[in-house]
Amino acid sequence: MPVNTRRSDDGETRIIAIEGRFDFSTHQAFRDAYEKDSEGIRHWVVDMSDTTYLDSSALGMLLLLRDFAGGDQASIRIKNCNNDVRRILTISNFEQLFAIE
Amino acid sequence: MTDSANPRQLRLLIADDSNTDRLILQAILTRQGHEVQAAVDGEAAVNLYESWQPDMVLLDVMMPRLDGVEAARRIKELAGERLVPVIFLTSLSDSGALAQCLESGGDDFLPKPYNPVIIRAKLGAFDRMRRMHETLTRQRDLIRERNEQLLSEQVTARRVFDNIAHTGCLDVADIRYHASPLSVFNGDILFACPRPAGGMHLLVGDFTGHGLPAAIGALPVAEIFYGMTSKGFSGPDVLRELNQKLVRILPTGIFCCACFVEVDFRDRRVRAWNGGLPDGFILRVDGSRDTLPSTGLPLGVLAPERFAASMSEYVVRPGDQLLLMTDGVLEAGNAGGDWFGEQRLARVLDECPADTSPADFLVEQVQAFSGRSEDTDDLTILALKISADDPVASRPPKASHSALTGPASWSCRYQLDGETLAGFNPLPLLLHVCMAVAGLRQHSGPVYTILSELYNNALEHGILQLSSLWKDGAEGFNRYYAERQARLKQVGSDQYIRFDLEHRMRASGGRLIIRCQDSGKGFKVDRNPGPVLSVGSERAFAGRGIPLIQQLSSDLTYNKEGNCAEVVYDWKSVDTGFEERAGFSD
Repeated sequence: MPVNTRRSDDGETRIIAIEGRFDFSTHQAFRDAYEKDSEGIRHWVVDMSDTTYLDSSALGMLLLLRDFAGGDQASIRIKNCNNDVRRILTISNFEQLFAIE
Repeated sequence: MTDSANPRQLRLLIADDSNTDRLILQAILTRQGHEVQAAVDGEAAVNLYESWQPDMVLLDVMMPRLDGVEAARRIKELAGERLVPVIFLTSLSDSGALAQCLESGGDDFLPKPYNPVIIRAKLGAFDRMRRMHETLTRQRDLIRERNEQLLSEQVTARRVFDNIAHTGCLDVADIRYHASPLSVFNGDILFACPRPAGGMHLLVGDFTGHGLPAAIGALPVAEIFYGMTSKGFSGPDVLRELNQKLVRILPTGIFCCACFVEVDFRDRRVRAWNGGLPDGFILRVDGSRDTLPSTGLPLGVLAPERFAASMSEYVVRPGDQLLLMTDGVLEAGNAGGDWFGEQRLARVLDECPADTSPADFLVEQVQAFSGRSEDTDDLTILALKISADDPVASRPPKASHSALTGPASWSCRYQLDGETLAGFNPLPLLLHVCMAVAGLRQHSGPVYTILSELYNNALEHGILQLSSLWKDGAEGFNRYYAERQARLKQVGSDQYIRFDLEHRMRASGGRLIIRCQDSGKGFKVDRNPGPVLSVGSERAFAGRGIPLIQQLSSDLTYNKEGNCAEVVYDWKSVDTGFEERAGFSD
């Protein structure tokens, strides 16, 4: 599976890691990753350590996660982006919506 | 299973020149519940096949007139796409001969003497195969039909889309663009629309995703962009409307990366807003270049109250080139798995020959890089060469339908009070009222310019008491606008700007009188020598506003106090001397 999830020790943070290309083919898996058993989750981390590429439909999926996680009140951090991924997030000015580390 | 033990009734054609064998087989098959017809040789079998159209055929190999192998070939030919299993009846036991039966077009063979159990099993198996084939054929035909329908719907949709989206000025000589001719459904948009006061708006965009959602989103974008631009709305107004419309209609996760540019040829200024597209560029005549970076979120993401439509401003010179593109350029790949990327793009822009449009040059270079011309289907690129004159204003106006329709004699008053002055732009509304007169529509450019110069003078100099002398130099310009913003917030509730409009028809045209009065202190007017205003007056106008109105109108007068201007605009129908007024570009 290209999308892996785990819960932090305190149980309040879900970490979603995407392997390889983050594009439309990841749609269902990514959605499952944030929707399933998400009760009690207050913070979200999208770990891009192993993400090689990000396309615009992936940006759309991040917005869906943001809506799911509470819209403007959502607490979402995007971590460990490589340069290509970082560039796409920057062009789209997603740092205005997400904490990008 | 009951199904194979008791197969459906089939229509079976058998052919055998041996009476005994034929009768035995016919008896077995009839007893198993099938409908059977028999022929005595190959030729009779072919004829019977044609007239009766059985489900399966059982042929003896050796027959007079036409042998089984040849009969099988003809029956298969007649059957065309239908699967009609042909089974050879043979007492041959030599494996070479049996194999030849199948190679010559038969599907199987039944050895003589007949075994009813084997026959039942084989017929059952072939019936299943036959029915599967029928299902597949039917589904394939259905898919083919649907696909044709879809393609023809796309052609129609494309026509509707073109009618909405391509009424702009993409065809002027100074614009070079590249867009996929393949389909509207790739999600890229590319629009250009002249503004009534001269200059134009450009919009290059890229919807997330492809297909129907993207195409549907593109329609309101086109309509808002063209509609609002030609009614005289400013870039930020159009952008705000586009954003709020897309937020409302698009589901979360679908949005439009876009670059919006307002080009003013008269003032030689370009204002740009970029949300999510790769850098745009201004390529200077001297070889340097400015980037128009993405500073906002794409359209359709932020709620209207959080959306910022502020545009960056650039001074341009004739010969400079404006270049906008979607991410298809940077993401074009080659066989080696490399991307075109920003560094290659920078190199290509450095190398672009002066006499070539950067749009054309870039498309060529991307094609050469990717080595596949089909890759350029994802490229959407627009280049505009800044010219000394407005390329649109110098185009001949379209002929009017009828100059005499709409209201002929009317007048109205429109007054903006107090804080409304700070945030509302009345020009599109006023232009709309004037444009109800059909004959005046040919003159929307000059009328808009007159309205907007009058309004800006009244607001900036009359109400806000700004001195246009500050506008000298880039720093002064910034100071002017900073001061303008600050003073707008302090407009008192007793302040106003009032427009009085009056229109009357005259022989072969009409007269529009525009009076604009403000609550400001006014300024000294040198009343005697007609239209000439002294630049050194207290209300010092920056160079162009007043002379421009004078140039466009028949008459411009100010009242004694200098806070009310009256402009007389005489117009003639296009076919009887529009040329006199057509000198709009200076």
